[in-house]
Amino acid sequence: MRHFFTILSHEIRMLLVSPSTYVASVSFLAVMGLLFTILLEQFSQQPQEVSPATFFFALFWIPVVITVPFLTMKSISEERRLGTLETLLTTSVTTTEVVVGKFAAAYLLYLSLWASTGGFFWILRRFAQDARFFDPGPLFGGYLFIAVSGAFFVAIGIFTSSLSRNQAVAAILSGGGLLGLIFGTHFFEQMEFMNNKAFHPLKVAINYMDIFRHLGDFTQGIVDTRQILFYFSGCVLALMFSILGVEAKLLHS
Amino acid sequence: MDSAQSPYMSDPSLAIEVENLVKTYAGVSAVNQVSFTVRKGEILGFLGPNGAGKSTTMRILTGFLPATSGIVRLCGIPVATQAEQVKRLIGYMPENNPLPDDMRVSEYLYYRGRLKEIPRRKLKTRIDEVLDLCDLKRVRHRVIGKLSKGFRQRVGIAEAIIAEPPIIIMDEPTIGLDPHQILIVRDLIGSLRGRMTVIISSHILPEIEVTCDRVLIINQGRVVATGTPNELRREILGHSLYRLDLAGEMSALLPLLHSVEPTLKIDEQSAPDSEGFTTLRLTTERDDPLGELLLKALYADGRFRLRGLSQVHPTLEDVFLAATKRTWEIVDRPNETTAA
Repeated sequence: MRHFFTILSHEIRMLLVSPSTYVASVSFLAVMGLLFTILLEQFSQQPQEVSPATFFFALFWIPVVITVPFLTMKSISEERRLGTLETLLTTSVTTTEVVVGKFAAAYLLYLSLWASTGGFFWILRRFAQDARFFDPGPLFGGYLFIAVSGAFFVAIGIFTSSLSRNQAVAAILSGGGLLGLIFGTHFFEQMEFMNNKAFHPLKVAINYMDIFRHLGDFTQGIVDTRQILFYFSGCVLALMFSILGVEAKLLHS
Repeated sequence: MDSAQSPYMSDPSLAIEVENLVKTYAGVSAVNQVSFTVRKGEILGFLGPNGAGKSTTMRILTGFLPATSGIVRLCGIPVATQAEQVKRLIGYMPENNPLPDDMRVSEYLYYRGRLKEIPRRKLKTRIDEVLDLCDLKRVRHRVIGKLSKGFRQRVGIAEAIIAEPPIIIMDEPTIGLDPHQILIVRDLIGSLRGRMTVIISSHILPEIEVTCDRVLIINQGRVVATGTPNELRREILGHSLYRLDLAGEMSALLPLLHSVEPTLKIDEQSAPDSEGFTTLRLTTERDDPLGELLLKALYADGRFRLRGLSQVHPTLEDVFLAATKRTWEIVDRPNETTAA
């Protein structure tokens, strides 16, 4: 991984000069700001049982489905479309270094976008002057969930970008894939036929993958290593498929 | 690719050795038993029609594509087993010269220099050197996407030579350039002679003739001819060529020609024009001028009326067309036999 940092710094720079990054950032902060405002209005109208952070993180899927495709769609598909992947891979750089470098850059940007939402809670604490609004437990658990799950989501974005030369196709695939992953598992688990005894092992497996359940656990302060392993292994698998996808396409180029 | 059992030992004076290279895509062979060598410091021109297998061969040389079979060694190092080491020995400019549109020239060269493992403290000086060499100093802070094609080509060449690799491979570096830009790029490639081994492919044949020490013509995945442009002329077209504009009894022409020089042959013959004159192309293995002898013989014979006689100096284009035509004839012949 000798060239990892060279690729990482280049990718971060390229993300920072790319308009799609700013579209993603602005839409992310606008959506999150709007959601936070609605949430505070609800809290001001009637007492709630849980802290604002728990509510806030339950809506994590909205920015994930919008932001991740924008951050990752360009990464590999654009290099393939322009042909710069060929010049890149005729130096002593490996496909793994390229894919991991691009993933790390997008992931760091994803984390920094979420970190900026910390400002909402700071403003709340500064102006509400009420410690109950600023419950550090769910806040910390929520951000930990975002960091851990984000690695998997961004890796899915990178994988879909390796599938097509067309950025729009990559974005649609990653948006659809993320929606399927986040809601598909939750939806499947709720289905009536899953209560059949024959499907019990499948139900257990799907229950294990239910992302909303993971979020609930994290925001309640339960950090289950199995859940961390799920995201970690999912991320590694998606990156491995990206590497294989890029290499397979090179063989037929 | 089998890298181990070569019947030949690697020669230290050779920069590139290719033996029986084969590449097939889904059963269709793009490169078929190609063998050639390039000496250190030599500039080799790679010629061939579209789809001849030039780009595929170049991509295999760079280690970007694996070969189906055969041996490729760069500076004695086999590409199949030590691709990473081989990639450090080459500067490669692919077809159409892909460049990132949203980077500045100096930033791009810095990034590529770092990827090619040039130490940071040397890189700045080296970038200045290549910018100077490629006459890019004026545009060093310009965004690549806004540059003209000539500048983009030169950025591609600057990138290929930045790490001072012993071997440079360029796939059609002069494509789409105007004559003035071609001249600049040609001088730039010429300035590498002796210092680096260069392989360039091109469709612009006069360019290849001026720039390259040796030419390799490839067609339908096979090497058709190789040598200096002069050697190729002799091998493919014969030693000397003459053009005749003649009217008269054509069946009597060949015996007359043989009386002048036994090696004279009629290579091409056009249909007679409205005045009955036919244009003929004659080839001979003799190097000394035969024009005067031919003129005397044809004038002396009353059966012929001569309108024009000239010695033809064939261009590389003629060689290229003749060589590729020859392979097509060879390739097509077995089909004709089976059809018959």
